Order: sequence, then C-alpha cells, then structure tokens
Amino acid sequence: MTTWLTILGMVAVTYTIRLSVIALLGETTLSPAVHSALRYVPPAALSAIVFPAIFMPNGSLDLSLNNTHLIAGAVAALVAWRVRSTLLSIAVGMVALWVLGGGA
Amino acid sequence: MSSRRAEFWGGVRAQLPILLGTMPFGMIYGIAATNAGLPVEVALGMSLFVFAGSSQFIAAELFASGTPGVIIVLTTFVVNLRHMLYSASLAPYLRHLSRAWKYLLAFLLTDEVYAVTITHYEADSATPAPESSRHWYTLGAGATLWVTWQMSTAAGVLLGAQVPPSWGLDFTLALTFIALVIPTLKDRPTVLAAWVAGITALAGHGLPYNLGLIIAVLSGIAVGVGAERAGWAAPRNTSTTSAERAS
Repeated sequence: MTTWLTILGMVAVTYTIRLSVIALLGETTLSPAVHSALRYVPPAALSAIVFPAIFMPNGSLDLSLNNTHLIAGAVAALVAWRVRSTLLSIAVGMVALWVLGGGA
Repeated sequence: MSSRRAEFWGGVRAQLPILLGTMPFGMIYGIAATNAGLPVEVALGMSLFVFAGSSQFIAAELFASGTPGVIIVLTTFVVNLRHMLYSASLAPYLRHLSRAWKYLLAFLLTDEVYAVTITHYEADSATPAPESSRHWYTLGAGATLWVTWQMSTAAGVLLGAQVPPSWGLDFTLALTFIALVIPTLKDRPTVLAAWVAGITALAGHGLPYNLGLIIAVLSGIAVGVGAERAGWAAPRNTSTTSAERAS
C-alpha cells in the first residue's frame, strides 16, 4: 500500500513538472531567474547520475586504467561530442566495455 | 492523406531510431526492478504511470534498499526537474491547443519525445509543420515511445534473471546519459555545473537514501547560476525555443 502511495507521489511530481509551464502559459510566465536556473538542471542531474557509474563502478573511487567503465564512458563521451549521435555513443560505449573485458 | 495523419506518422517515424536505445533501456529497467525484488505489478505500474526511465531506475534501487517513500518522491522530483525546461520550451507552440490536448501531451513529455518534437516545431526546420496539426506529431512520437517502453519493460520483467549480469547491460543507462549530457555543455557555467554535480555525487556516494544525488544536483545548479551571475559567460541564447534543444 505504501509502495503504491509512493508511486502515486512519483506520478504527481513528474506530471506536475511536465505540465507546469504548458498549462500555465497565458496566465503566467516563467521568471527569467527560474528559467536561468533550470538551464543547469540537465547537466547537473545527468552528471550526478553518470559520475558514480563510471568513477566508482564497484562502489569505491577507481581512477586507474583498469576501470573499464571509465574508459568506455570516456569513449562514449568523445563519440557524443564529435558525432552527436545518442545511439552511436551507446553502441560504441557498450562495445568498448565488452572489448575491454568489463561488465561483470 | 490528411495533414493530421501525416503529422502523426511523421512523429512515429522520427521516434523509430531512438527506440533502439529505448528498448534495451526498458528491458534493463525491467530486469533491474525484478532483481531488486520489486513485485511485477509495481515494476510495470511505474512504467505505465510515471513514464520516466531514469527516475524509475533510481526508484527501483531505492525501493530495494527500503528507502522511505518521501525520499523516493523527493529524488524523483529532483531528477525529473529537467522536464520543466522542456515544458517551458514547448509551451509557446502548444498555447493554442485545448486543455485536453495540453494535459495529454504533457504526460508524454520525456527526453526522447521533446528532442524530436522541438526539432520539428522550430520554424527554421526545412519543412515547417502547419500549426493546426503539428501537435499530432508529438502524439505520434509520444505514443510510439510509451508503447515501446511498456513492451520492453514487460520483456525485461519476464526475462528477469535470465540475462547474465556479466553482460553489463545496466551500463547502457550511464551511456545514454553521457550522450544526453554532452550537448547540454554549451558554455563555461554549464560545464562547471556538470563537474560540481558529478564530483559532489562521488563525495556523497555513501550517504543514506541516495541523498548524495539530491545534494549533487542542487550544488550543480547553484554553482552554475553563480558562475553565470559572476559573468563567466553569458548564455548565447536565452530564448526558450532553441537554447535548450536536444538537452
């Protein structure tokens, strides 16, 4: 029961965020300060999820060349930067991980 | 063919290549949620109603570690806050629509649907869509993504433990986010926000309830705003239509 209440809460916050400006436009507009702050949400939120996954794949910081996740992630970032293709970045990153013998 | 139908199928077609990334992502979520001990109906219910991949992944992890519901909802809020940017970006284009359409399209407003929609709506695209029917494009893209998300999640739940962890398929989540974050690094403040958030997430990794994630996101935003105010670099374009495309 509490699990479903939690999911209801997740639905409520996610849907409210997505609907917010679409529903309000015409009645109010986003203040420039809020809009400026929102610009930093994607880089901050995505990095906060990515960093632990590539720098601490086994739960502790690993900056060595044995860290296959870090190398595969760097390769994927390079592809994303040069080619701008989401799909190609994922594919190349995954192949790099397998070639390097990571994944376990 | 009516313009509406053409728009709808145009949206479906635009979403197809993105599905190649969505399908493994959905399956891995299904597998991860099952392996985390989540009941089948909870794993599928999140996909049906929350419809936000990254927050579903994180929530599955938090559910498994017995995190209080309030923290899970708060984490979901912070992780999905980026969608407000998409909402602000699309709002001018959806302004003329009925309330029912706005409520429907808002539900479908994911990273993937936003990315193809904003490209289509922008006036500088090669063939600008007519205002009277272009919302059908978003519906086509969104419906395609939603149906695919349900099917791939269900496939993941059914496969469950049969996919060996040694394949490391859970890493596609990080790879997807790497590919999404790179285009958002447009100037020095955004790069700084990303580094601060990332390093804070590493430092706060051991904190209970994954609170390090929330602190990291808020720190990144604060430093980004601070750097912008300090005049590190003015945003190249502050309009809501083009500055954040594909972010």
